[in-house]
Amino acid sequence: MAGNGKERKGVSRREFLKVAGTSAAITELLTGHKVEASAEKVVRIPRAQTVTVTLRVNGKVYKLQLEPRVTLLDALRNHLNLTGTKKVCDRGECGACTVLMDGKPVYSCMMLAVDAEGHDIVTIEGLAKDGKLHPVQEAFVEHDALQCGFCTPGFIMAAVGLLNQNKAPSPEDVKKALAGNICRCGVYPRILAAVLDAAKRMRGGA
Amino acid sequence: MAVQGGVTGQRIPRLDAVAKVTGKAKYTADINLPDLNRYAGKPVWEKMLFGKILRCPLPHARVRRIDTSKAENLPGVRAVLVIAKEGAELRYAGEAVAAVAAESEEIAEDALRLIEVEYEPLPFEVNTDRAHEKGQRGSPRVQRRGRGEEGLEEADVVVEVTLRTPVHIHTPLEAHGSVVGWEAPDQVLAFDSTQALFAVRDSLAKELNLPPEKVRAICEYMGGGFGSKLWMHHYTPIAARLSRMAGGLPVKITLSRKEVFLTTGNNPDSVQQIRVGAKKDGTFVAFVRRAYGTGGVGGGFGLPGPVYSFPHYYDEQTDVFVNAGPGAPFRAPGWPQSVFAIESAIDELARALNMDPLDLRLKNDPNEIRQKQWRIGAEHIGWKQKWQPWGSQKGVKRRGLGCAASAWGGGGGPGSQPEVRIRQDGTVEVLLGTQDIGTGTRTVVGIAAAEALGLTPEFLRSEKFVVQIGDTRLGRSGTSGGSVTTATVFPAVYDAAEKALRRLLEVVAPKLGVSPDQLVSRNGRIFVKNNPQKGLTWEEATKLLTEPISERGQWRPGLSSSGVAGAQFAEVEVDTETGKVKVLKIVAVHDCGRVVNYLTAETQVIGGVVMGISLALLEERVMDRQVGRMLNPNMENYKLAAMLEIPEIDVVLLDMPERGVIGLGEPPIIPTAAAIANAVANALGVRITSLPITPDKVLAALGRTKI
Repeated sequence: MAGNGKERKGVSRREFLKVAGTSAAITELLTGHKVEASAEKVVRIPRAQTVTVTLRVNGKVYKLQLEPRVTLLDALRNHLNLTGTKKVCDRGECGACTVLMDGKPVYSCMMLAVDAEGHDIVTIEGLAKDGKLHPVQEAFVEHDALQCGFCTPGFIMAAVGLLNQNKAPSPEDVKKALAGNICRCGVYPRILAAVLDAAKRMRGGA
Repeated sequence: MAVQGGVTGQRIPRLDAVAKVTGKAKYTADINLPDLNRYAGKPVWEKMLFGKILRCPLPHARVRRIDTSKAENLPGVRAVLVIAKEGAELRYAGEAVAAVAAESEEIAEDALRLIEVEYEPLPFEVNTDRAHEKGQRGSPRVQRRGRGEEGLEEADVVVEVTLRTPVHIHTPLEAHGSVVGWEAPDQVLAFDSTQALFAVRDSLAKELNLPPEKVRAICEYMGGGFGSKLWMHHYTPIAARLSRMAGGLPVKITLSRKEVFLTTGNNPDSVQQIRVGAKKDGTFVAFVRRAYGTGGVGGGFGLPGPVYSFPHYYDEQTDVFVNAGPGAPFRAPGWPQSVFAIESAIDELARALNMDPLDLRLKNDPNEIRQKQWRIGAEHIGWKQKWQPWGSQKGVKRRGLGCAASAWGGGGGPGSQPEVRIRQDGTVEVLLGTQDIGTGTRTVVGIAAAEALGLTPEFLRSEKFVVQIGDTRLGRSGTSGGSVTTATVFPAVYDAAEKALRRLLEVVAPKLGVSPDQLVSRNGRIFVKNNPQKGLTWEEATKLLTEPISERGQWRPGLSSSGVAGAQFAEVEVDTETGKVKVLKIVAVHDCGRVVNYLTAETQVIGGVVMGISLALLEERVMDRQVGRMLNPNMENYKLAAMLEIPEIDVVLLDMPERGVIGLGEPPIIPTAAAIANAVANALGVRITSLPITPDKVLAALGRTKI
């Protein structure tokens, strides 16, 4: 992080803030006017152009203007206000950001939003239909398969993803399918029981 | 006690479960612009900013020069704050240097990269043993009883062991963070992921030179803390200052996972040299411990003593200081480490005495409740049938049993000011500025009120029953730490609800031609005690109200108490070829006075056990002592127990209604690692003396025994 040590001319914004005090600075900031600084000394981080990204989430189509580096997770949370999908590790280690892409669970922190174009995304907000909870959600409630609840959407999406592919999973199947999700409150046995119960209910109801 | 068990002691799904399984629950990290304006009650802001903090990369340094001008000039940057000015000393890798607020997370990240800082590196030490040797330590704290160390002379058998536990990181899934905006020049709205809502409000007000009522703090849903969110952290006032610089626009700071690992607290490590002595018949004589550990640049190292009786006792503990982030209380601070070491020593003593380790505990455990718990647990794990002397197995996979004790306070006290309202349409509102950190406090608050009002579990879970918590506009409540919340809020809410019911009965009584004290409310019906047919439904009764009832309550004695015990048993299987330890079963026997809600109480115990398994086998902060930085500040290399590590967990809760309610959050994590360590030693005949018990340590230990 060491700087280039070059002296700069003119008044920096920080110095300006110091001199002008807070209220004046606010005015300056809110106008969006750039305080002058000798141009050749400003290291510009090249600002990527935004691109249009079309996402289909929970059956709705959204057109977004995003920098290409924005992950699907950040697009959902920061741009669509779909905050049920949680950011915990932001590097594919905990499963909290799991969503369904074409019915299969994916880590939304490990995928760029631009790469999600053309796919069907379902988040935790899209599971309940007409006010009725999905059987996995119901089972999580009744089995108390949550405490703080922060890992819960990821677990539920991973479990629904499993049940999409395997209608009658064994306890070992469930454990393996959910092995990529972390619950710090430690309710794993409850989650296991809830998913097995939900599978049973879904088979019964089908 | 007055509580009759209508809704108490049932299996009631937590009241916020639906909000949590649908993604509707808004945690601090989820707060966006629409939420901010909704809480403010009007469209105050048209934009929310993202704040990020620049961190010192060195374990010890002085700031020679800092230049933020390039960051300030980046389009989209709305505020830049220097935290460590020129000349400032930074004492660990991760300490805050500067902060920015920008219109997007991406711009904020870019802006951090544009801040130029020149550091003067300073000498550092991150290794606890070396810091201890160098004298970077406080004065020893000594506790002594009887003849102290000399008491060992009276023992027939003495064993000595030295045990180590590493630094742990709390790792709540919701990263630490705040969203702070200025609604007016003297009015602040602050969301914080916290275990201490009112403390955060008061601290922030102080930092900003505002009266407390000018800061409104909110934490409706909270994604875990485990002790690392017990006070206001640095990022909250940083967000407030950035917001002020940006004309009051709200600033959201959510720490990255790495920042959580480096800066938000940790569980001090420990080196514990223990000597225990007993008479030939197993009667404990003396306990001697010399221990040290580090809470980084802060203090906070401390271990509780044994739960068993020792007439002679000497315990010396020393804080060591290293260049790492400060410690913070971690679920049952000091207990799992201390119990791991003490119970290991006791098992070694049993081995030296040629005694069954459970018998040795039964002989020396003064706690009557735990005496019962040992026996129940032994029954459930099959101790008599399965326990074999240490190292008597020869196969590739060897099984072993171990056990360990738990103890905790968990009492409550005054300070909560709940309000209970009853409306004419029968709606009940329970309001209290406490927080639910995942333990089920919201549900406990609801149950306490429903119990006192005589309502049914169905009514409690219906739309007519509203529990509102997590907002400093509600009545004050305390910090959620030390497992005190249930015993603090339950009696106060019960009191408020009882007062509200009395008001309702006063209205109903004349209609039924009786006096209010002849009436009871039970199962959703208000009726005459001696003539149950004569009565009204809850809805009929509340329709008689001419105005809504509102009553405040306060904590009172008699509805709660303090002091719980616990005993856990572990059965493990160790693969002597791979060194892998598999936990097959944990039996956890605990008490918490009156069980408020079996469903959530059991979950609480399961959670403690799982965290204990994690401490036993996986968790460890690894520091690079050459460069002074943490090597595993992520959830891949800081290993946490997940689905595949989880055995059968058999929870046994003793219900003791006569004691009132007592907290249960911390006791279940205390004995798990100790029980597992003893089970591993039992299976192998050789002890792994440090946590976590990893395959490499198992194989090394077996090498010494020459398999």
